This record gives sequence, C-alpha cells and structure tokens, in this order.
Amino acid sequence: MTALPSTLVAGTPDAVSLAASGAVQERAWLLVALPLAGAAILLLGGRRLNRWGHWLAVALSWSAFAWGVLLFWSLRGQAPDDRSRSLHLFTWVPAGNFQLDAGLLLDPLSVAFVLMVTFVASLIHVYSVAYMEHDPDRRRFFAYMNLFVASMLLLVLADSYVLLYVGWEGVGLASYLLIGFWNHNPDYAAAAKKAFIANRVGDLGLTIAIMIMFATFGTVTYSGVLSGLDGASEGTLTAIGLMLLLGACGKSAQFPLQSWLGDAMAGPTPVSALIHAATMVTAGVYLVVRSGPIYESAPTAQLLVVIVGAVTLVFGAIVGCAKDDIKKALAASTMSQIGYMMLAAGLGPVGYIFAIFHLLTHGFFKAGMFLGAGSVMHGMNDSVDLRGFGRLNGVMKVTWLTFAAGWLAILGVPPFSGFFSKDKIIETAFATGDGARPWLVGSVALVGAGLTAFYMSRMFFLTFHGRKRWPEDAHPHESPLLMTVPMVILAVGSVALGGFLAFDHTFLNWLEPATGTAHEEDPVLAAIVIQGATLALVAAGIALAWARYWRAEVPATAPAGNPLTVAARNDLYQDQVNEVLLMQSGQYLTRSLVFVDNRGVDGLVRGSAAAVGGLAGRLRRWQTGFVRSYATSMTAGVIAVVLGVVAVRI
Amino acid sequence: MPWLTTIGALPLVGAAAVWLLPSRSARPARVTALVASLITLLATLAMAYRFDTDTAGTHQFTEQHRWIAEFGVNYAVGIDGLGLVMIVLSALLVPICLLAGWNQVEGSSARHYFGLILVLETFMIGVFAARDLFLFYVLFEAMLIPVYFLIGLFGGAQRRYAAVKFLLYSLLGGLVMLVAVIYLYVEGPGGPDGFLISELTGLEFSSELTGRLLFCAFFFAFAIKAPMWPVHTWLPDAAAQAPPGVAVLLVGVLDKVGTFGMLTLCLPLFPEASRWATPVVLALAVVSVLYGGLLAIGQVDLLRMIAYTSVSHFGFIVIGVFAMTSSAQSGAALYMLNHGFSTGALFLVAGMLIARRGSARIADYGGLQRSTPLLAGTFLLAGLSSLALPGLSSFISEFLVLVGTYGRYPGVAVVAAGGMVLAALYILLTYQRMFTGPVKDFASGWRDMNLREGLVMAPLIAVIVALGFFPKPVLDVLNPVADRTLQQVSMTDPAPTAAGEESTTEGTQP
Repeated sequence: MTALPSTLVAGTPDAVSLAASGAVQERAWLLVALPLAGAAILLLGGRRLNRWGHWLAVALSWSAFAWGVLLFWSLRGQAPDDRSRSLHLFTWVPAGNFQLDAGLLLDPLSVAFVLMVTFVASLIHVYSVAYMEHDPDRRRFFAYMNLFVASMLLLVLADSYVLLYVGWEGVGLASYLLIGFWNHNPDYAAAAKKAFIANRVGDLGLTIAIMIMFATFGTVTYSGVLSGLDGASEGTLTAIGLMLLLGACGKSAQFPLQSWLGDAMAGPTPVSALIHAATMVTAGVYLVVRSGPIYESAPTAQLLVVIVGAVTLVFGAIVGCAKDDIKKALAASTMSQIGYMMLAAGLGPVGYIFAIFHLLTHGFFKAGMFLGAGSVMHGMNDSVDLRGFGRLNGVMKVTWLTFAAGWLAILGVPPFSGFFSKDKIIETAFATGDGARPWLVGSVALVGAGLTAFYMSRMFFLTFHGRKRWPEDAHPHESPLLMTVPMVILAVGSVALGGFLAFDHTFLNWLEPATGTAHEEDPVLAAIVIQGATLALVAAGIALAWARYWRAEVPATAPAGNPLTVAARNDLYQDQVNEVLLMQSGQYLTRSLVFVDNRGVDGLVRGSAAAVGGLAGRLRRWQTGFVRSYATSMTAGVIAVVLGVVAVRI
Repeated sequence: MPWLTTIGALPLVGAAAVWLLPSRSARPARVTALVASLITLLATLAMAYRFDTDTAGTHQFTEQHRWIAEFGVNYAVGIDGLGLVMIVLSALLVPICLLAGWNQVEGSSARHYFGLILVLETFMIGVFAARDLFLFYVLFEAMLIPVYFLIGLFGGAQRRYAAVKFLLYSLLGGLVMLVAVIYLYVEGPGGPDGFLISELTGLEFSSELTGRLLFCAFFFAFAIKAPMWPVHTWLPDAAAQAPPGVAVLLVGVLDKVGTFGMLTLCLPLFPEASRWATPVVLALAVVSVLYGGLLAIGQVDLLRMIAYTSVSHFGFIVIGVFAMTSSAQSGAALYMLNHGFSTGALFLVAGMLIARRGSARIADYGGLQRSTPLLAGTFLLAGLSSLALPGLSSFISEFLVLVGTYGRYPGVAVVAAGGMVLAALYILLTYQRMFTGPVKDFASGWRDMNLREGLVMAPLIAVIVALGFFPKPVLDVLNPVADRTLQQVSMTDPAPTAAGEESTTEGTQP
C-alpha cells in the first residue's frame, strides 16, 4: 500500500515538454485570473453584454479547466516527490516583522481540487445558460459564478493561510451574492445574510489561528508553519487546530455552525449544486487536510475533528429523513456527507486520502443530483415539494436515470463511485485509535450509511416512483439538452469515477506525496464483515423507504409525526437555539447600549460640561445667534488658554 | 522648491479666488474650487513622486523659518512617510468631496461652502506637515473653524446643536493639550527653537509624573479627536448633521489627526509614559471596537450608523499604535489611509441616497437593489471594505493590526477580533434593510447613479481594490516610520516562540 508509484512517469520527458510544462506551471495564476476577468467584464460591461455575456463566462470557466488539465499533465510528468512547486507571484504584505508574498502552491492535492472544481463548475455554467434563460439578471448571475470559480481556485492554490483566507472570503462573498440572488424575496435576503454571518464566526477562528501561527512561527505560509511544528508546544498546536476547525465548521456547515446551509437553498439550483454541494462547502475539509501535520501533533484537536464530523454526519442524516423540500433534503445530505469527510480528515494520513477521495466523488454525484432536482423543478413550475411529485420516471427519463446514478453512488452500492470512497471511510474509522474509539466512531459511520440509504431512497422514490401526486397545473417535461448533457456527464462520473480512481490505487498514489505516507491499519473487524454490514444496512434502508414511499400511499400533506420527526423537520431546533442564545441576547445588549450611549455616556459628558461652566446650558439659549455662540466659545477658550499659560508661568 | 508650503497655500489661493469672484452664482465657485483642489492634488502627487522611499523614516521637504523668536516658535514643516500618506489622502478626498457636494448649496452662499472646504484643506495639509509643536497646535485648533461653520451653516436640521457640540468637545481637548504644549516648552531646552518637535523629542522630564501628566493631556485631546470611547459622542451628531462631503473630510481626515498625533507625538515625546499607559489605552480601544460595532448595529439613522462604525475602526487603529510592534504600527498607519477611503465611500453613497429619498432613516428604504443596482453595488462594495473583506484594502490593515498585536497582547487581539463579526452584522443588516426585499413605490422614478456620482465613487472604489491586492507601495513608506517610532519608545518586536525558527522568507518549500 505504501509503495511509491514508478509507472506514472511516462518515459523521459524531453527538453521541449519540460520547458512547456514549466511555462504551464509558471502561468498557473491564469487559473484565477481568467474567471476573475470574466467576473469583472460582466459586472462592468453593462447591459450591452446581456446577449452573449454568459457564453463568455462559460468559455472562461472551460479555459480554466483546460489550463488545469495542462497543469495536471505537467505535474504528472515529474517524479512523484517533485510534484510540489511553490510559485512566487509578488510581494504582497511587507509590513515590519510581518512579511508575506503572494504565491501559489502546485501539488497533487491542489491540482486534484483544481480539476474537480473547474470541471464541475464548467458543466454547471453550461447548465445555467438554460436554467437562467428567462432571468433578467442572467449576466449578473454569471459574473458571480465566475467570481466564485476564481475565488475557489485561489483558495485551493494559495501557498499561505492568508492568501487562502482571501479565496475563503471570496467564495463566501460569491455564496452570499448568489444565495441572495433573488433577494427581492425578504426570506432569501435573510438567508444570504445568515450564511455570511455564520461564516464570519468561522472566519474569526481562522483569523485567530493565523494570529497564533504568526506569533509562534513568525510566518503564515504552509511550508513555514508545517516545517516548524517541532518547535511549538502541543498546547499551542491544539489551539491552532481548534481555531482552524472553527473556520472549517463555518465554511463546511459542520456542527455547531451548520444552520445556514439549509436556508442557503434559497439560491438558484445551479448555485446549490456548485457552491453548496460540490465545492465551497468542502473547503473546510481541504483546510483540515492541508493542515494535517498540525492535527497529527495535536491529538485533542484531531479527536475533535472526528467528533464534529460524526455529530454532523448523524445530524444531517436525521434532518434529511424528514424534509419534504427536495433541495433542503439534499442540503441535509450534503451536510451529512461532509460530516463523513470531516470524520475521515480526523483519522490521519489514510483518512486524508479517503476524505479527499470522497470529496471528489461526492462533488460529482451530489452536483448531479442537485442538477437533477433543478431539472425536476424546471418541469414542475419550480415546485420543491416531494409530496407533489411521484412517478416522474416516465416523463423525465434522462433526469430519472442520471438521478438514479447519483442515488446509487451516494448509497455506496458497488461498483458506483461512493462505494469506493465512503466504504473506505467506514473501514478506516473502524481501524483508527485504541480501546472503544474505533468501535464508537466506526459504528456511527456505519449507522450513517443506513440512514443515508433511507433518506436518499425516500427522496428518489417520492420523486420518480410511486403514484402521481402532481398539482393540477403541472405539465412535467424533460429539460433541454443544455441541461441534460451536463447531468449525463456528471452521472458518468457518479458511476465510474470511484472505480477509476481506486483502480491500482491510482488516487492514493497520486495524493500521497502531498498528504504524507498512509499506513493503513487493520480494522477491529474484518474488512469483509464491515462491507457486509454496510451493504445490509443500506439494503434495509432502501427496503424501508420502498415500503413507505413507493408501495404505500403518500399523503399530500405531511402527517403529524412523532416528536423526533417534528424535531428533524425543524432542523433539530437549531434556529430556535441560536435565536435564544445569540440573537435575543444580542438584540437586548445592543438596545440597552444604544440607550446608555444616548442617556449615559453622552449625558455624563454633557452634564460635566454644564457643571464646569454652565456653558452647555447657556449655549442652548444662544443657539439663535449662531456666529455669536462661536464667538462666545472662542472667547471662553482664549480666557482658558491665558489662564493656563499664566498657571504654568506661576 | 518649498513643496509643502506651496501645496498648503494652493487651496488657500483657491479659496481667496472663490470669495473674490465677481459673480454671485454657484457655478463659478464650484468650478474654481474644483480646479484649485485638482491642482493641489497634482502638486501633491508630484511631491509624492519625489519623496525618497528609502529614507521614509526621516522628515523630508523640510522648511524652517523664524516665526516668534522670543517665544521659540518656528514655521517648520516636513513630512515622513506617514505625513506623506495623510497629505495624499487629504488631497485626494477634497476634490471628490467637492464633486459630491456639487449641488449641495445653490446661490451666493455656495462661495462660502466651497471656500471653507478649501481653507480646511490648507489646515489639514498643514497639521500633517507641522514640525513645530506650536504650529501643530495652532493648525489643530484652526481646523475647527471651517468645520464648525460648514456643519452649522450647511448641515441638517439639528446642525447648530451638532456644530456647538463638536466645537465644545474639540476645544476642551485642545485647551488641555495647549497647557501641556506650553509646559513641555518649559521642560524643554527653550531658546528660539524651543517648540521644534525635534528639540522636544527624547527629553528627560523633571519627574516621571510630569511626563505622564503631559502624555495624558496630549492623549486626551487626541482621544477626543480620534474619537475613542467614552469621548466619542460628538461624532455621531456631527457626522449625521454635516453635509456628506464634509462628513467624509471630518471622519476620513480630521479625526485621523487624533491617531496621527498618538503615533507621531505621544509615543516619541513621552516614551516612558506611553509604555506606562498602554494597558489602559488598549482597554479603552478594545471597548471602542466592540462598543462602536454594537452601537452601529443598533442605529436607525444611516449616517449615525456609519459614524459608529468609525468608532469601532478607530479602536483598531489605536490598538495598532499602542501594540508597539512594527507590523501592528504599519497596519495602524495603513488603516488610517484605508479607513478614509472605505468610510468616505460609505458616507458618499449614503449622501446620494439621502439626496434622493430625503431621509436618513434606514427604515425609509428597501428594495433598492432592483431599482438602482449601481448605487446598491457601490454601497455593498464600500461596506465590504468597511467590514475588512480580504481582497479589499481594509483587510490588510485590520489583519496587520490583529496579527501584530497578538504577539504581545494575545487577549487584546482575540477580543478585538470579535469586532469582525460585528462589522459583518452592521454592514449586511443595513444592506438587507435598505437594498433587498420587494421594490418600493418611492423608488419608481429614481435615476441610478449619474455621471457625476460615478466620477465621485470610481476613484475610491479603484483605490480600495488596488490597495487590497497591492499595498506594497504604501507599506514601503510606512514601515520606516513604524521602525523609527519603535526605536523612540525603545521597544522591539516579540520573537516567534517556536524555538530555532527565524522569521523566514516566503515562497520556499522545505
């Protein structure tokens, strides 16, 4: 498992291709610059770009993908241990003892992200051309989408925590703008703000982590921080790890900062597919994996990563079982799947690889299912109510089949993509740690697989099978090619990407130089037993969902349900908790401070001024003579000055 | 060539021309004032071009002439990197504010409005260039006069109350400082150069207490100007009542004299006392950060909201000044510049909205993103800069202050970082209330941003974006100032705690 790959170097590269690959790598900044230019042109270009601006955005996104492929190819041509290159761009913040250059880090991890992000984003750009066709603000939409791609690429390519932070907030901004894209609906505007604020709380963690890093290591680059870990105490590293985790929780909607993701479904569905499923929300996992050595030196922080992942995994799965809104159910599922990745990221080098592996496959199948949901909405007058669908498999064949591919992939049914990534996470969870820990963490991951099977099958059956429950005005139809082709391509990825990357340990070998050598331990149970248990639970989940949501009659309105169902429908009361803990007390504090500031602080100063000379009171009477009041205060001032000078002289 | 005197005199000449114009209509006054301010800007940029970055820590373009010899007063000017940056900020903001207030005043009183702003520019340039303490004090007080009249004559409904309040607060601080200025002269070497700041730097005071009392007097004046909690309450009134262009100069430039004074006078003149007072100052500054942020969230008036955000931002600047590390002080100095742009942009967009709606109440707006997307986008961008979004200029400065402070005062940095979350709240809540939601009837006939308004905002936006990506040219002239100041207060940067780790150069792989 740990053998270094030797077959990847295809022949000896000649001087020409070496030079070419150098040129490709040196211009890696184009990856960020191309979509960024697209965003700027579309925003500044005005209405005259309305007719073709979206195609410019599509082209720039694809060109970023093309450059990513060239970059991948050039790195692949180098020996595995040389596949990491730091690219200096310019001197960014030279300030006293804080010196920071803007630079990019090209390595297997960042390039894997580049490929996935640009490919999925480009497909979704194409899909959006049709999906947003009738929106008067389509140009603005595509500008924000390009801004997102640029920021996301900056996030994964940065070579320091501060430049990562720029991309980090850039994607947050794009997310804010796109969630609130239809902000004439007040609820959507509130959802956008909520997402930004929750992320800002996470950013606080990231900021503090960077502050500790600089005070400890005197630098904030990955290379500087990660190579100096030996000199830092475990307490310091734990603090850094926890603060980074807080940042990751905000961005990746992990417990306890998860509340924004469900509301974020207010954005147009392609946005949900790209930002809130495939790419941005996985940035927290990237951050933890990138900072892996810190967590390896700080076991407490690492354990907390596992706990956060496990809690979120179950949280999202429970919520997903009760949602009747197809997008919110998918959002809960995203949360839960990222919980899996986070859990894996807390399991050390082996876990990193499967976390990123699952992240990539998830990017495909979840984006595919979101696009499928968008296609269903497109055909059903923008309805998202699962109880108003049913038996759509006949009228929307492509959507049905592509969604089915995603469904089987997320369930982890062999040989679909999820099988190779998620089952490995469950196995690794059973293999890491001492005593009861592997049993505990492994069981949670295992139960999560069963829950996933139930809620995803529920969603799938409610939408495409069972009886027709369409509203009377619905005339469902298949979506145009611009939408279905991206869905088909993503479905191919859902089917085959996992097997392709797992074959001959291709992905493991690719990523190992970046994430550290993976020593796979034996799980506490035999791998075959775990796989069998997983499949049994998945089968049980499907069967239960089949009985209740395919075969049985599904009421048009949700039945009352037991307390757990009600709680799950209400997102386990996350908003109510935040409301009581944060918002009400915050509003009380703000209001009382405003009162104090007007009456207290200001009044005190005014009062003392009046007490000193009675000046304030009299001035109020003299306000009719405006210039006179000035003359008076100046005279008083001059007298005071003379007195002061005399006092000094004496 | 006496650069500083020339640049300082240009607006004054312009003001004289404005007042002497034969025509009583507004248009010639506007044009004359704008031309004068643009010439000043060009001259300032020429001076900046000639400024020697390598010796940015020493004062350049110095001039010195006897003024009141028997009292030790000189006309002495000169600028280091920080002085240069502040003068460029003033020279850049004045034409923008003139353009923003183009239709603010009609008829014959337009002469007073534009003339007073030019006079104010002269005083602002002078106060950042003064190298004689007495001259500094005179200009420090003289600045009040045009602002007082600009608010009192051209402000909102409660302009007189606000103007008098502003004047009283400022005079109070100024008088306390004056006593200290004179006492400092007595403590100093005296003679015909007795008020030169260079003569007064590094004094041995007759007692420790003397130094500390003098520090307190200076700091009190600067804290009022800055404005810091709890002497900030004049600012919301003044900023809300002033015409938008004046509010920009007031908050963007004038208030910076407070933090400028702390960095270039308090610390160098009273190093021992500065170190002694640091804990209290930092505590007050942290309170300012959080208090200003919370108060901003609770405001119902747009202009008062922006004023309170400034209380919060000034808290960050003061933290950076007194953290006494090179990165925090460079960050604080950069913050003084960036805050001028981001808050200036906010005030100016607010002014454009208020000119249309006739109200500054946040609740009177709504749904504007649909009807006036350019105004909405500009407000959002200015707001994002105000909340220090990475990629925009304020991020660099706020980040440097926090990172630089943490090494010496971790608690202060962590608590102050909470201001980041508050900033997101006050900006985005306001944006949500004013710009999102269904389109309202009142905005049906509104024109989006016109050409003049576009010309007002474009330079600010351009600078905000450019300095976010490439702050180096500015930092290069500010770093030597921070280094010099640290030397003067005998402080050195804390070393990284991880053993054996040097401050490494970036961009290399292990």
